[in-house]
Amino acid sequence: MAADNTRSNTPPKELLEKLFTTAFRIRTFESGGIKLYRQGLVRGYFHPSLGQEGIASGACAAIEDRDYIGSTHRGHGHCIARGAEIDGMVAELLQKRTGYCKGYGGSMHIADITKNNLGANGIVGAGTPLGVGAALANQVRGSDAVTITFTTDGATNNGTFLESLNLAAIWNLNFILIIENNQYAVSTTLEEATRDTDLYKRGEAIGVESHQIDGNDPLLVYETVLDAVKKCRSGLGPVLIEAKTYRHSGHHVNDPGKYMPEERLKYYMDRDPVDRARDNLIKLGKMSAEEVAKLEEEIQQEFDAAVEKAKAAGEISVEEFQDFVSAY
Amino acid sequence: MADRELMYREALREALFEEMELNDEVFIIGEGIAERGGSYKVTEGLLAKFGALRVRDTPISEASMIGVGVGAAIAHARPVVEILYIDFAMLGMDQIVNQAAKFRLMTGGEGRVPFVLRTQGGTGGGVAAQHSQSLEALFYHIPGLRVVMPSTPHDAKGLLKYALRQPDPVMFLEHKHLYMTKGMVPEGELIIEFGKADIKREGTDVTLIAWSNMVPRTLEAAEQLAGEGISAEVLDPRTLVPLDKDAILASVAKTNRVVIVQEAVRRGGVASDIASIIQQEAFYDLDAPVEIVAGMNTPIPFNLELEKASVPQTSDIVAAAKSVLHADKAA
Repeated sequence: MAADNTRSNTPPKELLEKLFTTAFRIRTFESGGIKLYRQGLVRGYFHPSLGQEGIASGACAAIEDRDYIGSTHRGHGHCIARGAEIDGMVAELLQKRTGYCKGYGGSMHIADITKNNLGANGIVGAGTPLGVGAALANQVRGSDAVTITFTTDGATNNGTFLESLNLAAIWNLNFILIIENNQYAVSTTLEEATRDTDLYKRGEAIGVESHQIDGNDPLLVYETVLDAVKKCRSGLGPVLIEAKTYRHSGHHVNDPGKYMPEERLKYYMDRDPVDRARDNLIKLGKMSAEEVAKLEEEIQQEFDAAVEKAKAAGEISVEEFQDFVSAY
Repeated sequence: MADRELMYREALREALFEEMELNDEVFIIGEGIAERGGSYKVTEGLLAKFGALRVRDTPISEASMIGVGVGAAIAHARPVVEILYIDFAMLGMDQIVNQAAKFRLMTGGEGRVPFVLRTQGGTGGGVAAQHSQSLEALFYHIPGLRVVMPSTPHDAKGLLKYALRQPDPVMFLEHKHLYMTKGMVPEGELIIEFGKADIKREGTDVTLIAWSNMVPRTLEAAEQLAGEGISAEVLDPRTLVPLDKDAILASVAKTNRVVIVQEAVRRGGVASDIASIIQQEAFYDLDAPVEIVAGMNTPIPFNLELEKASVPQTSDIVAAAKSVLHADKAA
């Protein structure tokens, strides 16, 4: 069903602050990361989630430490929202030994696995079965932990989307699949890729409770996911959530995104999730603009300090690498 | 603990029973493995003993079933995914190659994937091209995977139990011809670490290296050779990754002549890689070029005579052994 956007009671200030600081931290990390990329300090692929931060922020605020998440190639935001430290994130971008993956993974495979993060993934759609697996493991061990897998509209046309959601459904797993529908598979539009662009209907078709929401509304994402988490924990999982959103730029840092129509981009820019989280914090949370500015400054300082630390850190040596993989 | 005679499939079942009893995190999913007990009856009785939470049937969704196993392993469980035929595992290659094999490295060594994929391959009497392949080389080629190919009930039990205690993704490749074969297996604890070859028959004149269903066939060949006064040593690496190079080189140093036997097609096979290791590391021990007896470079045909012609037969192994001994010319 398409969720409505009305809410009866005012959300707590702590929640609004968390939603904003998480979204702003993601934005700061990625904006700064792109600058480092342009300076030649970051190599490889870098897929920004600028414009999509509301989904990671809202969803991860709705789960507990024992729960799991799984991510996509556009995964910085999920990792940060799940509680990763910016130091380890930046260091990984700079291929340093202090990075979360010690420089073995990079942007596309970034994960703080100590936070029950199943990892980002360079293969579109591959994270969905992994998430169902984590949910199954938790069911087998009698845990009520929930697994959220973030996926993409592009991945819904991969066979594992239906297969995996179906497995979660027949086994009643505590599994929440969130489609971050940014309306492009690289440059191919959703309209080109499928006849019915209401992706949540695919869940309904196999008996899974499914929602379509505005993914640029962090509070709505939070509320929808929290409800899904409660349903899962009471044995009513899985749940599919299609969160509609839009990128601020192309598929990766070197894609100017010229195929993205200006008027549509403007529509979503006007509904920017970071701005909305900030507005909520000020209007609903009654935080002053000065206090918000101070929060932003702290987050920027956190990033800048992480860059300095990462620059000073060493890299894994070839000998250490050879030793690591000697039994492969 | 007494030894008793078990079938290969019974030995596998015993390993699963014992490990599931020891560790609540071990569970198994697959097509028709619960009530039906699996097409090869390996999982018979598991459902009754361990319940539907830990023994469950899946729909026909190989790509995702394998991924579910990988994800469960990342989440610290001990999943076993049974794939009916190795041919069907091809549907899950992304999860095996891009996920299971790479997770540990991609996470800087922090993440592990203690995942066991059990499946079976090989020719089996007219099941044709999509149910008869020997595909171990595909997995052997991918760094990060363990490739296990037991040839006896004893090894099947010990290796499967070890697979369920070690930390890496395991391609546990059984053979459809071996399920009904019998052998002595100890009751209770039997652990065979990976990377330990087994000399299935001692000999001094020639080393015959074989794995999986080629082991019984090679032992047959060794028996025939013995009748002609040739003492053949039969070495079963048991695990292809890790490969017990030391045992292979030691045997080569003793016999100075080698035949490698694989059911899989010759091109790009594991036998070629073992041959290259031997020529590089034991060149001066060799009195003859390393011989390979392998499957033809062909999909397996349905016609039984043609199927037989596609894969090594005992007579091919005997002939190859004689050829490296120049026994053919001497006779």
